[in-house]
Amino acid sequence: MIKFFLMVNKQGQTRLSRYYEHVEINKRTILEAEVIKNCLSRSKDQCSFIEYKDFRLVYRQYAALFVVVGINETENEMAVYELIHNFVEVLDKYFSRV
Amino acid sequence: MPAPIRLRELIRTIRTARTQAEEREMIQKECAAIRSSFREEDNTYRCRNVAKLLYMHMLGYPAHFGQLECLKLIASQKFTDKRIGYLGAMLLLDERQDVHLLMTNCIKNDLNHSTQYVQGLALCTLGCMGSSEMCRDLAGEVEKLLKTSNSYLRKKAALCAVHVIRKVPELMEMFLPATKNLLNEKNHGVLHTSVVLLTEMCERSPDMLAHFRKVKNLSSSQLVPQLVRILKNLIMSGYSPEHDVSGISDPFLQVRILRLLRILGRNDDDSSEAMNDILAQVATNTETSKNVGNAILYETVLTIMDIKSESGLRVLAINILGRFLLNNDKNIRYVALTSLLKTVQTDHNAVQRHRSTIVDCLKDLDVSIKRRAMELSFALVNGNNVRGMMKELLYFLDSCEPEFKADCASGIFLAAEKYAPSKRWHIDTIMRVLTTAGSYVRDDAVPNLIQLITNSVEMHAYTVQRLYKAILGDYSQQPLVQVASWCIGEYGDLLVSGQCEEEEPIQVTEDEVLDILESVLISNMSASVTRGYALTAIMKLSTRFTCTVNRIKKVVSIYGSSIDVELQQRAVEYNALFKKYDHMRPALLERMPVMEKVTTNGPTEIVQTNGETEPAVLETKPPPPGLQPATQANDLLDLLGGSDITPVIPTAPTSKPPSAGGELLDLLGDLNLTGSPVSAPAPQIAQPPFLLDGLSPQPLFNDIAAGIPSITAYNKNGLKIDFTFERSNTNPSITVITIQASNSTELDMTDFVFQAAVPKTFQLQLLSPSSSVIPAFNSGTITQVIKVLNPQKQQLRMRIKLTYNHKGSAMQDLAEVNNFPPQSWQ
Repeated sequence: MIKFFLMVNKQGQTRLSRYYEHVEINKRTILEAEVIKNCLSRSKDQCSFIEYKDFRLVYRQYAALFVVVGINETENEMAVYELIHNFVEVLDKYFSRV
Repeated sequence: MPAPIRLRELIRTIRTARTQAEEREMIQKECAAIRSSFREEDNTYRCRNVAKLLYMHMLGYPAHFGQLECLKLIASQKFTDKRIGYLGAMLLLDERQDVHLLMTNCIKNDLNHSTQYVQGLALCTLGCMGSSEMCRDLAGEVEKLLKTSNSYLRKKAALCAVHVIRKVPELMEMFLPATKNLLNEKNHGVLHTSVVLLTEMCERSPDMLAHFRKVKNLSSSQLVPQLVRILKNLIMSGYSPEHDVSGISDPFLQVRILRLLRILGRNDDDSSEAMNDILAQVATNTETSKNVGNAILYETVLTIMDIKSESGLRVLAINILGRFLLNNDKNIRYVALTSLLKTVQTDHNAVQRHRSTIVDCLKDLDVSIKRRAMELSFALVNGNNVRGMMKELLYFLDSCEPEFKADCASGIFLAAEKYAPSKRWHIDTIMRVLTTAGSYVRDDAVPNLIQLITNSVEMHAYTVQRLYKAILGDYSQQPLVQVASWCIGEYGDLLVSGQCEEEEPIQVTEDEVLDILESVLISNMSASVTRGYALTAIMKLSTRFTCTVNRIKKVVSIYGSSIDVELQQRAVEYNALFKKYDHMRPALLERMPVMEKVTTNGPTEIVQTNGETEPAVLETKPPPPGLQPATQANDLLDLLGGSDITPVIPTAPTSKPPSAGGELLDLLGDLNLTGSPVSAPAPQIAQPPFLLDGLSPQPLFNDIAAGIPSITAYNKNGLKIDFTFERSNTNPSITVITIQASNSTELDMTDFVFQAAVPKTFQLQLLSPSSSVIPAFNSGTITQVIKVLNPQKQQLRMRIKLTYNHKGSAMQDLAEVNNFPPQSWQ
C-alpha cells in the first residue's frame, strides 16, 4: 500500500504532498526533511529503493525535483518505480513543459 | 475589502521568500486575510480562499479553521465550489474531527446527482476519508453504483468499496453479488479496480477466498480461468496506444492480476495447476530490456514461489532471479537479492548455484545491496562451503561500513559455531574477527569464546600463544584484550614453557607476560572491565609462575588504592589473599574446569549453603586489614566459588560495572573448594533490591502474627537497645525487627551507627535509621528497621556493633544477641 507521495526539490521545499494515512502535521515536515536527506545522500549508481523506518522509499530524480513514494512490504517496488515515471509523463503531456 | 489574491499569485509570492521566517510571515498575513474573509461569509471568493488554505496546509502550516468552510463549499451548487470543497475535505478532515459527520448527508445527495462528475467526487471523498459510520450509511449507494454501466463511475465505486471493506469488514458480503460481472468489462480502469477489490476481499476473509476459488460465476467461468484469460489477452494483443508503457501493454494491470493469482493459488493445488501455463508464458515472453518488463518478471517470480507450482517452474523462477543478479541495473539486483532471501529456506539447492554471484555482490558499492548480500551469504553457508564463504565474509568484514560490522561479526560467530570443520579453524576465525572488528563485537561474544577455548583442551597452548602475539602489537580492542588476558591468566604456564605443537613455539619469559598485562592495566584505552580481567589474570599467574611472585604482589598492592572501586576491591582482596590466606591461594587459583554452555546470560541461581554458623561482621570501606569490604561482596564470593558461602545475590546489581560481574560469575561457576572459607560478610544496605526478591511486596507491618515478646538486646553504659518483632502471615520466613535505641545518660550520643551481622543461613537488610543522635535522659529514641530472611527457620542469632560519640570520645562496642524469642524464628 502506498503510504505517501511526495515531490520535493533539492533544497528541501515540498512541492506536492499527499498522505494516505493520517500523519500529524508537525510530523509531516520532519518526515519530509528526513526523507529528502536520505535521497540526497545517494549517488547515481545506487539503487532507488531505501529502507526507512518501517517502510520503503522508492525515489526518482528528475532534474532538481525528487519524486518519493513511501510503500509498505506488500507492493512491488519496481512497479511503483514505473508508476512514478508514468505519473511524470502524464503531467508532462497534460501541462507541457514540466 | 479588495478581492483576495488568486492561488497562483500566492504561490509566486511565497516562492520569492528567501528565508523560512519571511515565508512564515507571508503565510500568516495571508491566513489573517482569509480568516476575515471567512467571517464575512463571502460566497464568491470562498472557493479561492480555501484553495489557498489547502496549499498552505500542504506546506505544513495549520489550517483547521477551514474545515467548516469546506463543508459550506460542498453544500453549494456550483461545480467548482464542490470540487474544492471535496478536495479540502479529503485533506483536512478525517474521522478524528467531529465535523466530518455533517458531510454524510451531502455525500448521499451527491451520490445520486445527475452529473457523473459530481458523483465521482463524492465517491472519491468517501473512499478517501470515510469513517465507519459514514461507510455503513452509504454502503448501499456505493453498491448500487458498482452495478451501473458507466465505467467512469464503476471504477471509482470499486475503489470506494475497497475502503468501505477496510473500515467495516462485515459489509463484505454486500458487495459480493456485484463482483460477479466486474471482470467482464473491457475498460482497463474498471478491470484494474475490480482486481484490487477482489484482492482486498480475498486477503481479508478466508471464506471469500474459498468462495472465489470454487464457485462458478453467473457468466459460467471461474475466477482463475477468467483472470488467466485476461492476462493472456494483455500479453498477446498487439500494440494498444491507450495502455502502452514502453512496449508492454498495461503492465500495472498485469502486475495486479499476478498478485491476485498468487493469493488464489497459495496452498491450493487446483488453482495452481490452472495458472502454471500462463505463468510460464509470462516468464518467457516478457521483454527484459526495460524496467517495465523486469517489474512484471519480478511479480511473476514471487507468484511462482508462493503457489504450489511444479518444480520446473520453480527452477525457471530461480534462473530468472539469477539473471537479474547479473544485470547492471542496481534496482534489479537489489530486488533479486531480496527475493532470493525469501526463497532460500525452501529452495536451498537451487539458490546455492548462484552462490558465487551473491558473494560478488558483497563487493558492490551500494549499501542496500551489500546488506542483502551479507544476509543471503549467511543463509547459504553450509558444511561444504564454509571455508570458502568464511574467507569472503572475513574479507567483507574488513572493508565494510561500521553499521554492518556488528551484524557481520555475530553472523560469522554463529556460522563458525555451526559448521566449523576443526577446532583450530574455529579459533583462528574467531581471532581474526576479534582483531579486525574487535570493537564492534557484541558483549556476549567474549564469554562464549572463553567457554569455547576451555572446551578445546588440546588447543590451549596454541590459543594462548596466538592471543599473546595478537595483543603484543595492539591492545586497544577491548573484547580481544579481555579474552587474551583471561587466557594468559589461565594458561600462562603453557605460554612460558614454550610447548606448542601446532605452531612455532615462541620464547616468552614471565616478565614479558607481566609487562603486557601491566600495560593493559595502565593504558588509557582499557575499559574498566578489561582492567578487571587483567588484574585477575595477574593474580592467577602468581600460582602459575615461579619467579615473579614478588612483582605480582607489588602490582596487586598498588591497585589497592585505585580510584576505580572495582579494581580497588579486587586488589585489596587479592592482597589479603597473599597476606592472611596464602595457604589457600593455590587452591583458589587453580585451573578452571571445562564449562557447561551457558545459554542465557541471566543471573545465576542462588547458591544455598549449609555452612558454618560463624557469623560475619559488616564492614564499610576501606576495610581494616584482613577483612573484605561488604559492598560488592559478590566478587570475592565468586572467586571463592561454590559451596561454603552465603547465598549469592543474583548478579545484576546496579552498583556493578555492567558485564564484569555477570561474566565473572559465569566463568567461575561452580568452582569447588577445599579448605575453610573466608568469612563472607552479610550484604549491606546498598543492595536492597535483591534481598527483597525473596520478600513479599506487601507491607509487613499490617499482618502481625500474635504478639511476639520484645527483648532488650543490649544494655550497657546507658545505651539500651530494644528489639520488637513482627512476622508476616503471608511470608513466615521474614522477621521484621524494629530496634529502638535510647540513652539514659545526661549527654546526647551522636553519630550513632548500628550494624548487624547474622549467620550464613540468614539474609539481612538494614533500612535507614530515623536519625543518628540519641538525645539524653531517654527523651527520644532512634528507630531502625531490620528485615531478616530466615528460610531455614534456624535459631536467630545476631552480632551487633555500635559506634557513637559520647562525652566527646568515640565509643564502640560489639555484642552478641542470643535471646531471641522462639516465636520470632520458628
